[in-house]
Formats: sequence, structure tokens, C-alpha cells
Amino acid sequence: MIDTVLYGALGAVGLAQLLAMARLVRGPHTGDRILALDTMVINAIGLIILLGMLWGTQIYFESALIFAMLGFVSTVALARFVLRGDIIE
Amino acid sequence: MSRRLTRKLLPHPMLSTLLVVVWCLLINDLTLGTVVFGAILGILIPISTAAYWPDRPKITRPLRLVSYAMIVIWDIIVANVQVAMIVLFKPNADMSPNWVLIPLDLRTPEAITLLAGTITLTPGTVSTDLSSDGRALLVHALDAPDPDAVRDEIKTRYERRLKEIFE
Amino acid sequence: MTDILFLTEILVAALLVIGAVFTLIGSYGLLKLDQPMKRLHAPTKASTLGVGSLLLASMIHGFTSGEASLHELLVMAFLFATAPISGNFIAKVHLHRQRGGKELPAPPSEERWATYSEQ
Repeated sequence: MIDTVLYGALGAVGLAQLLAMARLVRGPHTGDRILALDTMVINAIGLIILLGMLWGTQIYFESALIFAMLGFVSTVALARFVLRGDIIE
Repeated sequence: MSRRLTRKLLPHPMLSTLLVVVWCLLINDLTLGTVVFGAILGILIPISTAAYWPDRPKITRPLRLVSYAMIVIWDIIVANVQVAMIVLFKPNADMSPNWVLIPLDLRTPEAITLLAGTITLTPGTVSTDLSSDGRALLVHALDAPDPDAVRDEIKTRYERRLKEIFE
Repeated sequence: MTDILFLTEILVAALLVIGAVFTLIGSYGLLKLDQPMKRLHAPTKASTLGVGSLLLASMIHGFTSGEASLHELLVMAFLFATAPISGNFIAKVHLHRQRGGKELPAPPSEERWATYSEQ
């Protein structure tokens, strides 16, 4: 039962990833693109967790954690660059 | 004397505890070696970063923080369903997005940060900006025909509790 | 014994469905809503709850399949701590773009909003 639900969830999160990508392409402003990238990072974490459950391993956990950290830092860096024209002053 | 020494060795006791817990979770087991190494990290990191973070946050009633967290988690779940309904079934033209101005009674930066984070995490409202003297918060609401009601709810539900915890 | 296993399996399945649905709604809202500030609402939280329940499902699943671990809690705590900060930064980007624009309420005192006063 779990496997069927897992495939369904993978499909749904993958679809969510495509929708976020559509917003990334459409824009229209820089803020929207940053938000779309942030959403895609969070969706990617969900996909990694689901894959880890499907294949029954724990090794994907580290990549999910690194994705979370890297996504946060890059969102803040992009937003700061737009706001101040510089990242580390 | 001994008080000053503890203050120097353990500038942030709560941060040290948090570091030990995070280290054990990262290694993902609970043996003596992990806890000892976590404790070493938990002592060294606060000392080496103490210069950037001189003040200790003052929490007068830490136990209330737990009940506050419970309330926030419940609100996140309830409000998530509400926002999902709005996003799915309400046409764009029918929504009334609004700016809400919240005058703050809280003064400590930790409490204001926690309030702003709570407002953003509970769906339907995003804390956008703080006035430059730190006495008012600008909040954007997704669907609020009556901004004053949102302001009153945030003030009574979250800010009053945070004021009890921090002051 | 098998009853308990069956019940946890149902719990895991329910959490997976909830997580996937909320993640999908978050991204759908990102595409559907028509103003930049409104768009901020859908993904930043729906995704947090969505990924949160996916992680919870993974944790419970780990306990039943013998590889017990709590480290999903780390990812969850990290997401919940950082989601408001990145949301706030993106909101500031939107404010910055419409600098000098309409309809923002003025703060009660003489001061300005922090995004506009730093220069």
C-alpha cells in the first residue's frame, strides 16, 4: 500500500515542481523568480525524502539537509543582492 | 567570582544545549562519545562567537514557550487548510489582499523576531517590514476584508503571550 | 502486532497524501495568484506544512521498518526556522521594487519602514 501512495505522492510533488518552474519562467519580476526558486528547493527536498522512503535507505537524508541549507542561503543571497547591490558588505 | 567564570565559559547555556542535541541528531546515535564531542562543540562554539552576541536573551517564563509552540502549530494546521481553500476555490478578483499595521508593545529583539516569524508561519499573513524605530510591524494579509480584526487577533493571540514569556 | 503495523501504515499513507496535496497546492497558488505580494502567501507555508508532513511520514516509516532515526527532525526544524526569514527577504524585494508607490500604510511615528530608510 505504501508503495502505491509513494508513487502518487512522487507524481504530485513532481507536478508541483513543474508548476513552480512555470512561474520561474514567467516571472514577471525578480522577486517572483526568487520565490519560485525557493519553492523549487523546498519541493526538491520533498522529492528526495520520498525517494529515500521508496528505496528504503537513509543516505538521502544528508542531501536533503544540504539542499535545505543551500536553498536558504541562496535565497537570502539573491534577495540581498537585489536589495543592496551587494551580498557581503 | 565563580559566577563570572561560568558566564565566561558558558556565555549561552541554551545555545550549548541546542548544539549538543543537534550534534547527536546529526550523528544519529546516542553513545557517550557522541555526547562528549557534542559537549566540546557546545562549549567551544559559544565562546568563540560570544563577541558577536554579547547579550543573553532574557526569558522569564520558559515553560510558557512550550504551550505557545503548541498553539502556533495548531494555528498553522488550521490556517493552512483555510488558505488552501482560498487558493483553490476563490477567484483572484474576489480576494481582498490588505496591508495591516501592527503597533508593537514588545521591545526586545528576540520577542519581535519570534512574533514576526509566527505571523509569517501562520498562513494568510506575512510580516513584511519593521519601522526603523522598531515600534510597528507591517503585515500583508492574503484575504482580509477587515484589517483591524487581523491586527486585534494577532495582538491578543500572539503578542500578549510573548509579552508574558519575555517580559 | 499486525494491527499496530497496519495502523501505522495507514498513518504514514495519510501523512504522505496530506504532504503531497499541500505541496501541490502551494505551487499551484504560486502560479494562480495574480499579484506579487499575494503569491508570497501560497508557497512559503503550504510547502512548509507539506514537506513537514512528508518528513513526519518518513520518520514514522523508519520506525516501523527497523531503521529508526530522528534526524528528519533536523530538516524540519531548519525549514521552520528559515521559512519566515526567506519569506521576509522576498517581501522586502517586492517593497523595494515599488518604492515610493501607493497604498502602503505609514508607520505611526515619524519614522519610515526599515527597507526604505536604509540607504
